[in-house]
Parts: sequence; C-alpha cells; structure tokens
Amino acid sequence: MKHIISALVENKFGVLSRVSGLFSGRGFNIETISIGPTLDPTVSQMTIVTTGDERILEQILKQLNKLIDVIKVTDFADKEFVEREMCLIKINTPVEHRSEALRIADIFRARVVDSTQKSYTFQVTGDEKKIEAFIELLKPMGIKEVVRTGKIAITRD
Amino acid sequence: MSNKEITGAEIFLESLKREKVDTIFAYPGGVVLKIFDVLYDQKDIRIILPRHEQGGVHMADGYARSTGKVGVALATSGPGATNTVTGLATAYMDSIPIVVFTGQVPTALIGNDAFQEADIVGITRPCTKYNFLVKDVKDLAQTIKEAFYIAASGRPGPVLIDLPRDVVTTKAEFIWPEKVDIRSYKPSVTGNKRQIMQAAAAIAKAKKPVAYIGGGVISSNAAEQIREFAELTRIPVTHTLMGIGGFPGTHPLSLGMLGMHGTYYANMAIHHSDLIVAIGARFDDRVTGKVEGFAPEAKIIHIDVDPTSIRKNVRVDIPVVGDVKHVMVELNKELRAIKEPWDAIRKSWIKQIDAWREERPLTYEQSDEVIKPQFVIEKLYELTGGDAIIVTDVGQHQMWAAQFFKYDTPRNWLSSGGLGTMGYGLPAAIGAKVARPDKNVFSISGDGSIQMNIQEIATSIENNIPVKVIILNNRFLGMVRQWQELFYAERYSSVDLGSTPDFVKLAEAYGAIGLRAVKPADVEAVLKEGLKAKRTVFMDFVTARYEKVFPMVPAGASINEMIFGEEKKKEEKKLKAVK
Repeated sequence: MKHIISALVENKFGVLSRVSGLFSGRGFNIETISIGPTLDPTVSQMTIVTTGDERILEQILKQLNKLIDVIKVTDFADKEFVEREMCLIKINTPVEHRSEALRIADIFRARVVDSTQKSYTFQVTGDEKKIEAFIELLKPMGIKEVVRTGKIAITRD
Repeated sequence: MSNKEITGAEIFLESLKREKVDTIFAYPGGVVLKIFDVLYDQKDIRIILPRHEQGGVHMADGYARSTGKVGVALATSGPGATNTVTGLATAYMDSIPIVVFTGQVPTALIGNDAFQEADIVGITRPCTKYNFLVKDVKDLAQTIKEAFYIAASGRPGPVLIDLPRDVVTTKAEFIWPEKVDIRSYKPSVTGNKRQIMQAAAAIAKAKKPVAYIGGGVISSNAAEQIREFAELTRIPVTHTLMGIGGFPGTHPLSLGMLGMHGTYYANMAIHHSDLIVAIGARFDDRVTGKVEGFAPEAKIIHIDVDPTSIRKNVRVDIPVVGDVKHVMVELNKELRAIKEPWDAIRKSWIKQIDAWREERPLTYEQSDEVIKPQFVIEKLYELTGGDAIIVTDVGQHQMWAAQFFKYDTPRNWLSSGGLGTMGYGLPAAIGAKVARPDKNVFSISGDGSIQMNIQEIATSIENNIPVKVIILNNRFLGMVRQWQELFYAERYSSVDLGSTPDFVKLAEAYGAIGLRAVKPADVEAVLKEGLKAKRTVFMDFVTARYEKVFPMVPAGASINEMIFGEEKKKEEKKLKAVK
C-alpha cells in the first residue's frame, strides 16, 4: 500500500540523513522524497512516499515523530489532498515524429522547455497517473531520459 | 564586548559544572589538549583516565545506571571517537542517559581526511538518541544544556557532542541557558486519563493477570509504585533482565525473570494469563520467544514512555504512553477507588502459580568435586545479604547472576541487556563504585568477557576505585558452547579458551589482589576474603566446564516450551530429530 507522509523538520544539516537512516535502518522503503523550504527559513518540508502495511506505516509515523528534529508529521491517508509531481522528459525526435510528439504534449498540457534538431525536452506536471500515461505514450518515439521530482502534496481545506 | 570572553574549553568546563557533573571519564588526544589543559587546574570535577575509550564510556554508563544521573565521558577525535561506539550502542539499547564528548579536527579540515579524523556524528547517528557537531563556540553552552536534557528526559539515551579543535580554542561570552525548549522534542509524561481508567477496569476484571516490568521502571524510579500496585491488586510480577530490582526479588508475588532463561513459573504464568500489564518493557525477542505463541489468551496493557515501543512487536489492547512513574501513580489511584476484594479474586490464580513454583523451582545439581557456578552466586548472595551492586558481563554467568542472586532494590543490578556487550562489566563496575563508594561493587564475569576490557584494572588501581571481580572460569565461551552442544551437535567451534591466563598472577601484575578457588569447599573462604579486601580483587572460580543455563527456551520456540537440565538427554534427542 502506498502512503504519502509529510514532515516539517528543522532546517539543519544531518536531518535528511536522520530521516533516511530511520527508513534504511528498519528496512522501510522510500519510494520518493522531496524537500524544500517553507515560509519559515528555519523549517523545511519533506514529502515522503512509502509503501508498507498498516503496522509498518504506524511505526514509520511514530519513529518520524520520535526524531528530535521532526516538528510535525502528517499522514495523508485519512485526509483530502492534492498531489503533484513534475517530470522532465527528453525524447528523440526524428522529423517524422515531431508533430506527433507535440500533439501528445498538448493533450497533457506539457510544455517544450528545450528543443534541438534531434530532441525535445518536455516539462509536465500532474498526479502520478497522468505522468505515467504521458511517459507511456512517448515511449514508442524513444525516450532518452526521464527526471522526476517525486511527489508533493497539500491538504484541501 | 562588555562581558568577559572565555575559550570553548572553559565554556565546556563551566557548563559541566552547571549541570552538576562531579566525574568525567576522559581519555586525552591531540585535538582535545586544550580541554585537558583546562581540566588540569580545577578541583570540582574528578577526572578519571580509563585505559581505553570504550572502557570510559562503559564507566559513564555504570555511573548513570547506578545513580540515575547523567554519566559523562570524553575522548579525542578519530580512533578515540570510534572506540566510543560500542559504549554508545550499549547505552542506546538499554536507554541509559550519558553524554559523550569527542574531539574533532578543526572545522576548516572537516571532510579532508585529516589526521585522526572520523565522521563520528555520521557513525553514531543510529546508536545515539541524538548527536551534535558544534560549529560555532557561541552555540556550545546551549548545545551542552540541550544534550543533558535530551539524554535524561523522555526515554533516556546517549547523546554525543563532537567538538572541533577550533571551537574549544576560540573565545566567546559564556551565557548559560537556564531553560531548554526544543520545539520538536516534547516527550509525553502523563498518560491519557481515559486509557488509564480502561487499564484499571481491565485489571479489576482479569482472572489471571501478570505484571511484566522492564528497564523503564528503573529509569523512571517507579519501584515503589510497582510494589504498591502489586500488593494492592495481588498481581504477580515478572521482570526482564533490565527490570531486575524494579520489584523485590524476595517478594512472595515475584516470579523472577521471564523469557529465554526465565523461571518456569514466570513463563507458565505469562503463557496462561488473561491479562498482561507490561510496564516500561518492550517485548524483546528474548522475552517473547515466538511472538505468535506469546500469551495467546491475554489482553495486553502496555505502559511506556516511548510510543514506538507500543505495537512494535506484539498487539496491544490498551496502550498508555507516558512516564512509568506518573502513569503508575494515577493507575494506583484509580485502582484504590475500585473496591474489589482483591485477595479473594486472585486466590485461585496465585495458587496455580505457587503450584508451578513448586513443580519446577530454579535449581541446579550440586557437586562436592567441582565448583558449580550457580553455587558461587548463591554463596555471594548469602554472604552479602543482597547488599551489593552486581555488575555483569554477557553470557552464562550473566544469566546465573540474574537467576541466583535476589535483588530487592533498583539500581543494584547493572548489565548490558539489549546489545549484550561482552567487556561491559569491569568498567561499568568502576563507574558504579565511583558514584556509590559506600557500596561493595561486584563485577561478575566469565573468563571470555573479562578479557575484553581487562585493561581497566589499571584504572581501578590508579584511581583507588576498589571493585570485586568474580570470574566464573570454565575455560569456554560458555553460552556459545551451550548452543553448540544443544543445537550444533557438540561441534565446539572456536569456543575453547585453552590458554586462558592465570587470572591471579594477572591481577597481581596490575597491583590487584588475586584469589582462586578450585574446589566447592574453597568458595566461601575466597568470597569472604574478597569481601574484606580494600583493593581491587580478582576471584577466579574454576567451575564445571560443561554447566548449562536452564530453563531455556530454544530460539524460535514459544516461552512455554522450555527445556530443563535433568531432561537434557531426552530433549537433545528430540531437538536433533527436528533438525
């Protein structure tokens, strides 16, 4: 079962290592992790996507809370939320594929952020399903590289 | 600057004084020279030089366990720092409050593979409760204050502070924070009222309850509340290795230790109980045996300060998160309000337990020819009347010391329970003796364990810290040998300590007293002489080589599936057949 957890942590060196060490030391899995500043420069926001049954999730939440640098942990399991991920995709574009690629990108509201005679680089944002679908459609054209940010999520009011 | 500025080393000393530290176990080296120079002039803090940094950390640990105060050790960078790791991990597993300072290369050189550089903050992250690298001398006092607070509060544990050389040599104004407030660290103290009421109701309803107490009872100083709880509700009490002394071992309601080498009656009581009240314990695998077979009919109440301990290994019906002492005070209040005829409702359960007690008491086969290790422990108990601090190493002797000595008060039993650190005993005994000089401190050890930190005899002699070392000498790594005998077809791979040194001569070489007993008739005389000794004394008891610790729950079995000494032949055959 996939879970999204967010944690507000002290913006200090070593904190990421404490969080990732908590996961690796107990055999828990991190699927994606993304970290960024908040309005308060002393606090960072971590969004972690992990997998595990209910017991493992309970341990992850408790262990995260126990870490001295962790201020607040939110489990999105029982909440309404919006999730987004950004992805950069570089594809081969021989002449015969160029317009097809642009047509697909248009459907997904992806933007071309770099273009050469042989390649396009698209930027696409959305939830996991949308990004997976976009990548799937581009695959036949020959994907050179995919870079994903990992998920971020925010609760709905 | 209006106020006087002092060096980081002086801030370090001033901060320790504010924390009322009276002793530090400190080993010098290049980057901490400045600190030792400052320590040279002062008289407030006793400086004890161990012979190995691991010994120094175990001493701080022994100091902490025997008093409840925070123990302090200091080591230099690089190898000095890495030598503290086993000591830190030992304290971490057993939730012991210590603060360890390590030197570090100057901040400008960190990461450059400088001489005697080790990333000790990185190395110790998983075996400390928290650790700090101080990068600015202005943060030093605040950091030390926070370190002591973190070490001693909530679920206690070791904290490491890494001090780069330039931080201790640079000057800053000394500002001591009187209060600590860490926004991300607020341990729960009082338990949830509703949960406590639920627990009380469950205890009143239970027909066959057992209290199972662990190290949390010791660290929160709750022995008195446990006794009140047990006597009020007539609930039998079993303890873990870490919980020894949390409830009087001689009390009629005491079941002794449970688990792998627990008593028959404690394990039977757990197995047949309908309610387990786990207090400051964490359902370690050495306690539960096969988890699926643990207390199959029981509801579980779990009282612990650490929420991560709850539902980690076993299902819990009524969790109460809070400091054991606070929760027990409240729980006892609730229970007193329930006017149950406790004696009457527990009568048949206690009768059943007493029947188990009679059926298989803790015992061993005595011999006139060869010293039985259990006999040495029994004699020691008899001669001291239980009034001593017992420190152990790890192995068979540790289990016998837990089984055959009775502990009526907390903090008189010090043993590495979680990590199982051989070599813990002698240095921890020195730490305990420093903290409580009025007590006789015995380090009970095996001939394997004692050799892991034997250099610390020199520390005890030089600093006049007399400890009494009992070596149960079977010329084997006895516990490993026992497993090889029972589960590996007597293939004694790497357990025969054939060239064990002459411990009497070795003790004398260090300036300690050496005594030896080879026959059962010698045991009492040697113990008596050892008790009288004013200097550190080694008592070498040459014991039965093939003695085993029983009862024993084989790894992977349920705790009611114990094997016993007298049935060993039959059981061995059975186990061999299973394999």
